[in-house]
Amino acid sequence: MKKRIISFLIIVTFIFTFVIFYKGLNKSSFYEPKSEIKEIPKFLSKSFFSKEEIESQKLFDENKFYLFNIWASWCVPCRDEHPILVALSKNKNLNLIGLNYKDKITNAEKFLNELGNPYKEILIDQDGTRAIEWGAFGVPETFIIYNNKIVKKFIGPLNENSIKEIEQIIQ
Amino acid sequence: MKIHKFIFLFLILFSFNSLNASEDELKKNITKNLRCLVCQGQSVYDSDSEFAVSLKLVVENKIQQGLTEDQIYKFLTDKYGDWILYDPKFNKNTYLLWFLPLLILFLGGAIIAKKLIKFKK
Repeated sequence: MKKRIISFLIIVTFIFTFVIFYKGLNKSSFYEPKSEIKEIPKFLSKSFFSKEEIESQKLFDENKFYLFNIWASWCVPCRDEHPILVALSKNKNLNLIGLNYKDKITNAEKFLNELGNPYKEILIDQDGTRAIEWGAFGVPETFIIYNNKIVKKFIGPLNENSIKEIEQIIQ
Repeated sequence: MKIHKFIFLFLILFSFNSLNASEDELKKNITKNLRCLVCQGQSVYDSDSEFAVSLKLVVENKIQQGLTEDQIYKFLTDKYGDWILYDPKFNKNTYLLWFLPLLILFLGGAIIAKKLIKFKK
């Protein structure tokens, strides 16, 4: 009887361990922070074009959809997603605002001259502290904003699926 | 008169240094408790990644604005979740994490006690 219980326990332990490890194999080790910010963060930032200080909250009007994109000229995935942003900028329901992350202005200008400028306004984040206000931890990251609230967040470059999602949101 | 000036200067320098030292210490403690989200197994204090460098700056700014350690943790967990803290605060999501080791300790203790009582008999 005792032998039976022991062998049963061994089998159960084995199956339990197997299931846990098997599940672990499928689990992505990439952690996406669960951001709880819903409101637009408050901060001051220089405008890329006019070089004037702008209050972040004054940029966003109510009842309008905004796409806020964190980008840099040195970031390769940003180069990949740029044509998507240019295409989205043609949509009249959507206003694009950029945050130029830890970049050299001359390089950023070259980047926009080469690939086109989809942004209505670009803020400069030279030291990366504004991106942290948005709960971002890398480039590119994209936020959809409506009524001064963050409706959706995309980590990493936008793709065909994200375009569809964005178009559904702003309909 | 000269001595007075010297003492005054010394006091000013001394007081400034101690203030900076305590702020530095606070910044060190906070950044050591923050997980660098883009590096593997490193704290923000140890890391030189773009994210960690910016986060160190944010912590420094917040300390200078007069925020306490807990307020800075609150600010960051609002943005990145509890995962950013190495020492997560006690809340409804972490109570199991805090109580499970204690529970296992008591359970183990109970088993050992039971065995001992049996052994004595």
